[in-house]
Amino acid sequence: MTPSTTAKWDEFMEGIWKQNPIFVMVLGMCPALAVTVSAVNAISMGIATTFVLTCSCLLVSLMRKMVPKEVRIATYIVIIATFVTAVDYFIQAISLALYDALGAFIQLIVVNCIILGRAEAHASRNPPLVAVSNALGMGAGFTIGLFALGSVREILGNGTLFGFSLFGEHFQPWVIMVLPPGGFFVLGAWLLLFAWFERRKQAIKEAGQHA
Amino acid sequence: MSAKHPTTEQAPPATPTWAMIRTLGLVAGICGLVIVGSYQGTYDAVAANKRIAMERAVFKVVPAARSINAYYALEGGGVAKAEGEAPAGAVNFFAGYDETGKLVGVAAEGVAKGYADAVRIMFGYDPDCGCVRNIGVVAMRETPGIGDKIAKDKEFLANFEKLDAQLNAGMSALAHEIVTVKHGSKTDAWQVDAIAGATITSRAVGRAINDAAQALLPKLVPHLDKIKDKS
Repeated sequence: MTPSTTAKWDEFMEGIWKQNPIFVMVLGMCPALAVTVSAVNAISMGIATTFVLTCSCLLVSLMRKMVPKEVRIATYIVIIATFVTAVDYFIQAISLALYDALGAFIQLIVVNCIILGRAEAHASRNPPLVAVSNALGMGAGFTIGLFALGSVREILGNGTLFGFSLFGEHFQPWVIMVLPPGGFFVLGAWLLLFAWFERRKQAIKEAGQHA
Repeated sequence: MSAKHPTTEQAPPATPTWAMIRTLGLVAGICGLVIVGSYQGTYDAVAANKRIAMERAVFKVVPAARSINAYYALEGGGVAKAEGEAPAGAVNFFAGYDETGKLVGVAAEGVAKGYADAVRIMFGYDPDCGCVRNIGVVAMRETPGIGDKIAKDKEFLANFEKLDAQLNAGMSALAHEIVTVKHGSKTDAWQVDAIAGATITSRAVGRAINDAAQALLPKLVPHLDKIKDKS
């Protein structure tokens, strides 16, 4: 890989692991808790957010030299709102059932702090390809995070994954998991796991220094 | 901001007005094109999806139907084909026809407040027996495992095999209001037996059907002849 491809790859990986929006930055919690009752909903929400994030960051990056800082928030919000409206129509065209399941959370992507945060902190200071790599990575990381929540909640709370029954007819679903409190439980469990990883890495590093 | 990030160029004292206007104008133009483009690009697919979803809901509650027509029951009585804007006070309903074009049932939608949000119910009306047959849930956000049983619970759905919805002698309202009663206390053909533990959602179903039937049937039943055959 050439150095510039490596740099873009690093930008992409940033969002998936080191700065994962859900597990590391703990951003965008509103959709992360509300729509992750099933794996399909979680992935659809992730893809919709990734689309808005990538398109907005591309446009913000292309326009970065001509946006005076006095009007930058207004500019970014208009750009983000535009792509949210577009994705809203796309989802209605793809599936009304999905549109009903995601409900108001599609429109609420406008105020998802990951997107405005990326536009402001990254896309407005980097050339288009770098900005898009970073946005795609953040989007993928967000989707993975939502899927981690949605799949666990669907398996425990409904006994299915992607709608396919896993445990047969006699499974008694753990209904609380698809109710709002279940979202907090599962999110807490995932954060715990990531914190444990972080601790262990730290401990290994320190042990290495002492040795 | 600029104080923290010193640049080699001297920052201008104030951003010129035209630069701000230009940027905002340009962004508005680009965004306008994107929005209008995606609206028009998806319009047909969205309309087709909505029609399919509606037809599926109607066929579910009027299973004998092979084709459907949408109508308005007008304020002063009478029916009109549903085209364009609904006239004031009109009630939307669907008529289902069999292969020979004979009316086999009517479907309409009712809404009532459930436990979490509005519960939207599509119900079938059988003109021959003057009763509600079959219901389908169009939309709800009821608690999974409790309120959402209204869509699947066999005992509850048995209420709608032949739920009495006869009009009174003057044809001004239902002879008996459709009401939901506590689980196990149903005595009459116009009562809905609630699901134990999901009384609020069960009541919403009864109320949705009652309200819609009270609004629709007095306008429709005296004019049923007009829609008897598919036109």
